[in-house]
Amino acid sequence: MLKLPVYLDNNATTPMDTRVLEAMMPYFTEHFGNAASRNHPFGWQAEEAVDYAREQVARLIGADPKEIIFTSGATEADNLALKGVYEMYASRGNHIITANTEHKAVLDTCKHIEKLGGEVTYLDVKENGLIDLKELEAAMKPTTILVAIMYANNEIGVIQPVKEISAIAKKHGALFFTDATQAVGKVPVDVQKDGIDLAAFTAHKMYGPKGVGALYVRRKNPRVKVTAQIDGGGHERAMRSGTLNVPGIVGFGKACELCQLEMTEETERISTLRDKLETDLLQLEEAYVNGSTEHRLPHVSNISFKYVEGEGLLMGFNKNIAVSSGSACTSASLEPSYVLKALGLGDDLAHSSLRFGLGRFTTEEQIDYVIEHVRSTVLRLREMSPLWEMWKDGVDLESVEWAAH
Amino acid sequence: MAYSDKVIDHYQHPKNVGTLDKSKKNVGTGLVGAPECGDVMRLQIEVDDASGMITDAKFKTFGCGSAIASSSLATEWLKGKTVDQALTIDNMDIVEELSLPPVKIHCSVLAEDAIKSAINDYREKNGLEKLAFEESVVH
Repeated sequence: MLKLPVYLDNNATTPMDTRVLEAMMPYFTEHFGNAASRNHPFGWQAEEAVDYAREQVARLIGADPKEIIFTSGATEADNLALKGVYEMYASRGNHIITANTEHKAVLDTCKHIEKLGGEVTYLDVKENGLIDLKELEAAMKPTTILVAIMYANNEIGVIQPVKEISAIAKKHGALFFTDATQAVGKVPVDVQKDGIDLAAFTAHKMYGPKGVGALYVRRKNPRVKVTAQIDGGGHERAMRSGTLNVPGIVGFGKACELCQLEMTEETERISTLRDKLETDLLQLEEAYVNGSTEHRLPHVSNISFKYVEGEGLLMGFNKNIAVSSGSACTSASLEPSYVLKALGLGDDLAHSSLRFGLGRFTTEEQIDYVIEHVRSTVLRLREMSPLWEMWKDGVDLESVEWAAH
Repeated sequence: MAYSDKVIDHYQHPKNVGTLDKSKKNVGTGLVGAPECGDVMRLQIEVDDASGMITDAKFKTFGCGSAIASSSLATEWLKGKTVDQALTIDNMDIVEELSLPPVKIHCSVLAEDAIKSAINDYREKNGLEKLAFEESVVH
């Protein structure tokens, strides 16, 4: 029996795996110690648990455990990477290169750095959502200290050519930071093979708890340092002070271990479901996938259904199906997704998009349900869409002079 | 975000979705909004020339649930009113009836604009001067 609502918003957050919860439970009550308490068994136990988790996290991305700095999540890790490198390497330069499809945690931090006197280049992306390596190469300057490009995009799931990007950064003596929040645990991320110097990610996108994340900071070739953004007791090799969230970290570790063990099988299963969903929905007229389908996470599909508005579409089924829309009709600005716009999509197509994010607990039965209900809602709304009628009548919508609003 | 029951009802069972023959002299058509803004409303009225009464009204809307509900409600209110009475429909009446939250007020403004635009189209077709309206405040 299909249980409603169906959750297909796994890019926003994932449900916690019960195996993760089980691993965490003792650390709330029985083993409640502070990992920094060096002189009694409560502290030792907590420290041991954190060390073990640090190994689990490090192993998933091919890092050394010492290179993992635990944070409160990916946003904090993004802030620490960008601001921390900007401060630490101020004597070498003040230029950072990023892309305009980055998460707000990166973009807003870059804006902040600009206010501090930094110079930031925001690369455009191509129609498929990938950056142009030639443009990156051209943007490099002697003052460039950091290239910050996300591993995979949260809205469209496209995977950037990380190896090539890191090679370019290295060639010019800059560090490479990647916001790998959507990628870690979903696709093989390897800091060595990918040439990553810093990487931010979080537990709650990979079936772990909210409120815990990590920044990978390379220790060899080169040894990377970041200036702490939170001062205090000197935890996490003095890069991030604050009592460690022991149960969260234990859960994060377990979540990483499970992702590593099950990734191959899980990717196979989820991408098959995603492809089924996408193939079936694309049978609707005037439906388009946004972003590269070749370089993409296995669980994401972002589709625009032309001539229906995303929020109106969501309303047709959002009691029973949880997805998100690139239309931002609820926000005061009425601006649709900046990521979709960066791909060169017109505002109309950006307003007409839905993001489907599948996950570990998505079933075929759920996908069948989603296909049926999304399809019927699109068809119903098109029947009441003046744009659909005009398009069917052969009116060129581009040539219409719309009353300005 | 939570929609009011009335918005949901109009969204699920919209009244007067459809198209009137815009080539007819007694049909006025208003097309307002823009695809880039995420809202386009087309509202049409059919007027009985003798009485000036709106005998039929139809809409089609590209937009969110509140935009669909606002236009659906507008067509309901238009039917049976004279053109002059229709001009008195204020967007805030729609806001109140549908309990629209502040961020959705523009949907009601669009509906009011659509009504006025349809009436002007009808007036123009029938040799009457277009009425001048103040610019909408929201947007």
